[in-house]
Amino acid sequence: MRHLLGTETLDAATATAVLDTADTLKHTLLGREVRKLPTLRGRTVITMFYEASTRTRVSFEIAGKWMSADVVNVSAGGSSVGKGESLRDTALTLAAAGADCVILRHPASGAPHRLAGWLANTGASVINAGDGTHEHPTQALLDAATLRERLGEIAGRRIAIVGDVRHSRVARSNVHLLTTLGAEVVLVAPPTLLPSHVDTWPVRVSHILDAELPSLDAVMMLRVQAERMRGGFFPSAREYSINYGLSEARLGLLPEHAVVLHPGPMLRGMEIASAVADSPRATITEQVANGVHVRMAVLYHLLAHEEEM
Amino acid sequence: MAPRTRGATDPAGQRELLSAGDVARTVARMAHQVIERTALDTTDAAPVVLLGIPTRGAPLAVRLAARIAEFSGVDVPTGVLDVTLYRDDLRRRPTRPLGETELPPDGIDDHLVILVDDVLYSGRTIRAALDALRDAGRPRAVQLAVLVDRGHRELPIRADYVGKNVPTSRTEEVHVQLAETDGRDAVLLTRAGETA
Repeated sequence: MRHLLGTETLDAATATAVLDTADTLKHTLLGREVRKLPTLRGRTVITMFYEASTRTRVSFEIAGKWMSADVVNVSAGGSSVGKGESLRDTALTLAAAGADCVILRHPASGAPHRLAGWLANTGASVINAGDGTHEHPTQALLDAATLRERLGEIAGRRIAIVGDVRHSRVARSNVHLLTTLGAEVVLVAPPTLLPSHVDTWPVRVSHILDAELPSLDAVMMLRVQAERMRGGFFPSAREYSINYGLSEARLGLLPEHAVVLHPGPMLRGMEIASAVADSPRATITEQVANGVHVRMAVLYHLLAHEEEM
Repeated sequence: MAPRTRGATDPAGQRELLSAGDVARTVARMAHQVIERTALDTTDAAPVVLLGIPTRGAPLAVRLAARIAEFSGVDVPTGVLDVTLYRDDLRRRPTRPLGETELPPDGIDDHLVILVDDVLYSGRTIRAALDALRDAGRPRAVQLAVLVDRGHRELPIRADYVGKNVPTSRTEEVHVQLAETDGRDAVLLTRAGETA
């Protein structure tokens, strides 16, 4: 694997190999005083974040450091991006400075794909850490790792993704990855919050959350992304919350074994009730912890093998 | 596969160095040597732990522990130490899958750790294992047991217990087969380019 740009092109064998590596890394580091492996000593990893992020950036930085890579963080605010430098020139500068891997978060869908093209001759790998409303592959991988841990396996499970699917790169990456791994995915959202070509996705669509809950193995709640919305997608936050929010009463409709995922950041009281977010059925902090191991595994699969040009 | 005469070279260029019986006797002799060297059946001896290096070091460690228990009455804990993350050749090969590391419940601190592997060659795997051990704890001492030592060391490393010394050329390959991983016990020597 040279780049990780999305889950749409990720085959089941590669995805499973990454998840297995993440699992082994987690097990290896468990209970250790020194959580540091020498595997990526001397490799340089640069995170380039053109959009706000807490968990993804921190998680990538910790993952790189635990593998002994040198991690450099570039944010759009404090760099020459503010002076008007293009993404291409910034990326080529970073590659020339010795980056083995560039991790990019960008508001434009497809930016990491362009970056991978520009860096083709440099040998550097590109990881998509979220591009616009397109993909966020490491989030989907950490969700899959969490589901595997809680449910045993993903194949044959029914998983609903609920809420603002239209603006969600997390939803798109999860749809592709979870169906590749053999799960049945149901999208639950008001029609205005579904993407325009949802009929081409390998999913079933529903508009009524209560009808789906009793037959689910997992439910993934999405944040309503007000920052990407121009215009009214639903009448009011209160109405949205009543129809599509996961309340305590709705939690009771889920089967006993079913779990609740949320990629964060979450808006308590909007798409998820506070008591649900804090219940043992919710996997939100596990997802963050697994995020570090999954990103270590991705770095291992991208950087710890012979050159492929 | 048809039984082979020991030492004979078949048309495929493959020679059997140890038969199933030889493997069993060799492991038994190594068990006696471990008991003698470590005095593990005496009261003031340091507690011994056997750590196998995947793939074939792991079942070898279990077999060695079984023989030690049989001959001395002492149950020696065993574990598995995967060294992939500590290798110095990761950038020279396709992606290696990681193996599981499974340390005994009491850990390895202040124990005499005996690393167990099938073939000792360049010594680089053992170098990686020593680094992995440092992250796993602080043993009182570390020793090395190998079924076959084929020479060509690239590092100042030697084994404390050797099943069989085999002078080889670098163009040859030594393949250890164990019932647990390969369906039968044998040690084979293959000329380069051929596979066992």
